[in-house]
Amino acid sequence: MTARGNTTLVAAMLLVASLAGASLTVRRLDRLRAGATAEEALYIPSPKILQRMSVGYTGLLADIYWTRAVQYFGAHHHVRSRQYKLLQPLLDIATSLDPHLTVAYEFGATFLAQKPPEGAGDPDAAVRLVERGVRENPSAWRLYYNLGFIHYFERKDYAAASDAFERGSRVPGAFPWMKVMAADTSQHAGALQTARFLWSNLYETTESEDIRVNAAKHLRALRVDEEVSALEKLTSAFHERTGRWPPGWAELVAAGYLRGVPLDPSRRPYQLAPDGRVLVQVPEDLPFITKGLPPDTEPSNQPRGESK
Amino acid sequence: MNRIAAVASNTFREAVRDRVLYNLIFFALLLVGAAVLFGQISIGIERIVLINLGLSAISVFGVVIAIFIGIGLVSKEMEKKTLYTILSRPVRRWEFIVGKFGGLAWTLVVNTFFMAVGFFIALFFLAHHFERADGWLVVAIYFIVLEFVVVTALALLFSTFSSPVLSAVMALALFVIGTFAEDLRAFAAMSQGVTRVLATVAAYIMPNLASLNVISSVAHGQPIAASLILYNTVYSLLYAAVAICGAVLVFEYRNLK
Repeated sequence: MTARGNTTLVAAMLLVASLAGASLTVRRLDRLRAGATAEEALYIPSPKILQRMSVGYTGLLADIYWTRAVQYFGAHHHVRSRQYKLLQPLLDIATSLDPHLTVAYEFGATFLAQKPPEGAGDPDAAVRLVERGVRENPSAWRLYYNLGFIHYFERKDYAAASDAFERGSRVPGAFPWMKVMAADTSQHAGALQTARFLWSNLYETTESEDIRVNAAKHLRALRVDEEVSALEKLTSAFHERTGRWPPGWAELVAAGYLRGVPLDPSRRPYQLAPDGRVLVQVPEDLPFITKGLPPDTEPSNQPRGESK
Repeated sequence: MNRIAAVASNTFREAVRDRVLYNLIFFALLLVGAAVLFGQISIGIERIVLINLGLSAISVFGVVIAIFIGIGLVSKEMEKKTLYTILSRPVRRWEFIVGKFGGLAWTLVVNTFFMAVGFFIALFFLAHHFERADGWLVVAIYFIVLEFVVVTALALLFSTFSSPVLSAVMALALFVIGTFAEDLRAFAAMSQGVTRVLATVAAYIMPNLASLNVISSVAHGQPIAASLILYNTVYSLLYAAVAICGAVLVFEYRNLK
């Protein structure tokens, strides 16, 4: 082999080996510095100072901070963390750098409002964020919609929710059902059908796949709440008639109360407790449910509505 | 080995002759000015500001030197026809590339050493004493040197096949991308399908300079893990090796006529 051939061979082999080694080392570094990016991003917590330092590129910096907020939330949500302490400062900085970044208000408020581990469990901070978004972007009717949602589901402030939907319905371009929502949330506050109406509308109209998945989870949870209530009514009826709780679904089926073993939305049979209560088997697979939870299981979020 | 050392030593001497080290005067003026100014107008954070400013300046000055000298390492020799004299002697092309890299890296180490001395003098002038946590500042400076090693290797790689202006643009772009490398990898991890594959490949090919920047944390007196020092060292040397091997491969087949 010529000298050039030798050099080529050695250099190529070294290049491949070094690249592989570097990639492996980066993986180690990433594990070592998990979360460091978000923490380091907050060494300068003042949006005003960041604005000056960005030398005019505030939009780009806002995008970076928003991306970091999403990554921070995603990483913590993935491990079902109950602590999201950097989320609010990251969102504040992103929205201060670019007050028209409506996506940060919309998603950020959802991240902030939902109870841990689905979110930071700080609905008041979420309301402050969206209110600021509304002030900066009065024509963004979806922000009013977000605001109404947070007031309705997370804060149980039905009057405030109705007001938010009403204000949003007056914005040009808003969906016509915003007006219906305003009326419905004030007249049927806390009702399951109102909750279903809200989540169904969100599911059908959102452009975001993540929000659609979240809405589907809520709709599934509503279905569980409704089914558990209905099944418990049946077991109570059985108890009243026979003076004892049914030992299993087979007896209720045999007595004509049910046509078969009832399944929850995850296709697992509901469990029947000795005292007639109806429980789901794996509550972790059914986030946001408020009924059918085994004893000592904490609800993963606040109830979305109550049966009338 | 002697031939590589000879090329490296000439590269260093040439850089000195080109008044590269004059940047030290600007650096000294900047630090003295900052130390005096912040001592008078700021409360509580003058030390942090000086550390941030000093270390950032060391990094920026070094990166600028690495890029703007690195991109001319090959093209200048070709322009001045000195390359033909060198290669007509018993100097192999790869030895020339490795020697050039070594010479510029050494220039940057010397430059950084003097800036670090100036920085510590300014810090002492401001705080009147050193703290135990100041030891981490040396680690931060060491990481900055590793950053220079990576950037120099990249600039050298581009200089073997591109014009100086284009090489500068590409090296600067990779430096900026490298500082956001962790965001890029996090983006890759969060995406799906083809985007995920492409983003992951891009994320690992791009230099990872984010973990080399610990300026903010050392400014707050936070310690640096020994494992981070180890992995950063290994990574930087391996990545520089990738770029130098790339440069050797390109230069080996380049038509110099």
